[in-house]
Amino acid sequence: MFKNRRFLLVFSLLLVIGLVLGACGASDDGGDSAEGSGGDSENNTENSSENGNNEDFSVAMVTDVGGVDDKSFNQSAWEGLQAFGEENGMSKGEGFDYAQSESDADYTTNLNRLVRQDYNLIFGIGYLLQPAIEEVAAQYPDTNFAIVDSGAEGDNVASILFKEHQGSFLAGVAAAKKTQSNKVGFVGGVDGALINKFEAGFEAGVKSVNADITVDVQYAEAFDAPDDGKLIASDMYSKGIDVIYHASGATGNGVFAQAKDLKKNNPDEDVWVIGVDRDQHEEGAIGEDNVTLTSMVKRVDIAVQDVTDQAMNGEFPAGETIEYGLNDDAISLARTNEEALSDDIITAIEDWKEKIINGDVEVPSTREELETYVNSL
Amino acid sequence: MFANRTVNILIPIISVLLGLLSGAVIMLVFGYNPLKGYAALWTGAFGDAYFLGETLRQVTPYILSGLAVAFALRTGLLNIGVEGQVFVGWVASVWVGVAFELPMIIHLPLAVLAAALAGAFWGFIPGILKAKLGVHEVIVTIMMNYIALYLSNEIVRNVITDGKDRTDSIAPTASLASEWLAGMTYFSRLHWGLLIALFMALVMWFLLNKTTQGFELRSVGFNQHASNYAGMSVSKNIVLAMVISGAFAGLAGAMEGLGTFGYMSVKSGFTNIGFDGIAVALLGANTALGVVLAAFLFGTLKIGALNMPTVAGVPTELVEIVIALIIIFVASSYMIRWIILRFKKEGK
Repeated sequence: MFKNRRFLLVFSLLLVIGLVLGACGASDDGGDSAEGSGGDSENNTENSSENGNNEDFSVAMVTDVGGVDDKSFNQSAWEGLQAFGEENGMSKGEGFDYAQSESDADYTTNLNRLVRQDYNLIFGIGYLLQPAIEEVAAQYPDTNFAIVDSGAEGDNVASILFKEHQGSFLAGVAAAKKTQSNKVGFVGGVDGALINKFEAGFEAGVKSVNADITVDVQYAEAFDAPDDGKLIASDMYSKGIDVIYHASGATGNGVFAQAKDLKKNNPDEDVWVIGVDRDQHEEGAIGEDNVTLTSMVKRVDIAVQDVTDQAMNGEFPAGETIEYGLNDDAISLARTNEEALSDDIITAIEDWKEKIINGDVEVPSTREELETYVNSL
Repeated sequence: MFANRTVNILIPIISVLLGLLSGAVIMLVFGYNPLKGYAALWTGAFGDAYFLGETLRQVTPYILSGLAVAFALRTGLLNIGVEGQVFVGWVASVWVGVAFELPMIIHLPLAVLAAALAGAFWGFIPGILKAKLGVHEVIVTIMMNYIALYLSNEIVRNVITDGKDRTDSIAPTASLASEWLAGMTYFSRLHWGLLIALFMALVMWFLLNKTTQGFELRSVGFNQHASNYAGMSVSKNIVLAMVISGAFAGLAGAMEGLGTFGYMSVKSGFTNIGFDGIAVALLGANTALGVVLAAFLFGTLKIGALNMPTVAGVPTELVEIVIALIIIFVASSYMIRWIILRFKKEGK
């Protein structure tokens, strides 16, 4: 045992250091809470009761593996919660918060944890969380859940969907007004109900402006294949197509890359890309020029904030599917590229937007509806 | 002998303490309260029955992937391919779970066995290449990981289902999930797989320490030439070690497929169960008991860490750094061993 004295010495030294550091931490904490920035959700949850009082309302979201800084819908959803918190004088950890998932095994764990921390409303961001939301919602009928971009079953679940076909229609109008060759293209991610919605809306928009314009539709069969996107774009541009609308996630980066390559070789060439989901203005920047004509922007933040407001006022749309569209400003066209979007185009977009909101135009959301729509023109 | 053993036990403990300590320093530097952070970690892992259940659920595959790495290492082989073997095991177990209608007493063992066999096969390929052609197992196993990832995506998408992103849920007769365990832990996903994992740890200990075959495997790990000279077949032992290691890894996949999820989905990247297994094996000093203990630590860290951002406000990234620091200190155990021995010499 004698030999071990050295080890015991090292051991106890480590423990002492640990204690000292711990003590430092404790005093640090005092300063923190005096400033009021130290988020302590436990206090918060202890106060919360089920009387639906505004002061006790709390909301949280679970991201998918993208995380809150994914520059896409997770980030947008979090911005929605932050805006909600600001309006109601809450801060992160006191009234609203998020839980990030490192892998898809974490979805149910995170949802469960937030339920246990007594959040009144919990968002699942992205269709990947659908099975987890349904499972946890069935286990905890007293908590409200909402899922973005997917329909989930359950009496305490609200499903948030977007009318992407309306925004795509306006993108089609912009493309039809911009094209000089009377040929435009559409690059889709995976051929399925969701992306067909984009396709139908876009084509309807183009044909509404000028029925003679041809729309070339191609699918990359992947949301993460920029090389395929580049190939398709190269093919389209060489056929004389001058505006491409992509609804293909990261595959669309290839479309941007091809357009920028062409623009670099010949700055006078007219090639345009229409972005999707968020304003992709930055993606299209090449030197002085920018190939991004506009983007079909999906405001997840507005939808999240809206549903949260409803829940706080005791009007949570439980068991319902809510579709957000142009009239909520949850779908819109970006106007960052002022040079490319002439007044003429903007007026046309505004005109058609009016018609859609008034109900004069029913935008098709499937290929069958598109056919009837085009024939009726 | 006694002092040596103390050193072996002390190294992992000191590594973990150093890791937690430097984690605390980093939290302090960035203005977070480490005590609060670690308290959140603790309640996040053991706070109530639900989290305890989830922690044990996470520990289960870690034990098996840790055993897989440790077993190969005892024979002197670095099996980086545990991740891929987990994937094929997962797919195989779910496939059997979805495809057949059998009574539970046949169905469940069959699904578990399928996973072990798939993993074993995935370990056999690098094993035979190493034994017959001398191809380094690290390179082959790394590449096999990618083959496994994309192959299982393809199988999920086009063979088991018709172009869907995830398979149907497995038949209840093939499921390890237990309503009793879930009910006891407020719907956690704790399942019977934990017993399988612990039993496998026992199997590994028995195999390595109590059988002739185990002696040969360890002997090859110590010195191939001496073993050869002593009349043992080195290549046979290399293949066997990789096969058994792969079978452990395949079982880890079955834990996910038959226990935690009950289905397999198309994955965009690795699950890290296999890669974390390397750290688990290192921390556990490649022994069965050590691996079980290390797996508990890693499971605790993983599940508890999820609680740190929401309760203590520590950002997820910092939590990752703390975990990485512990792994670094474990991996640099050589340094700690050297320092301890240095101390000892001076003491004499």
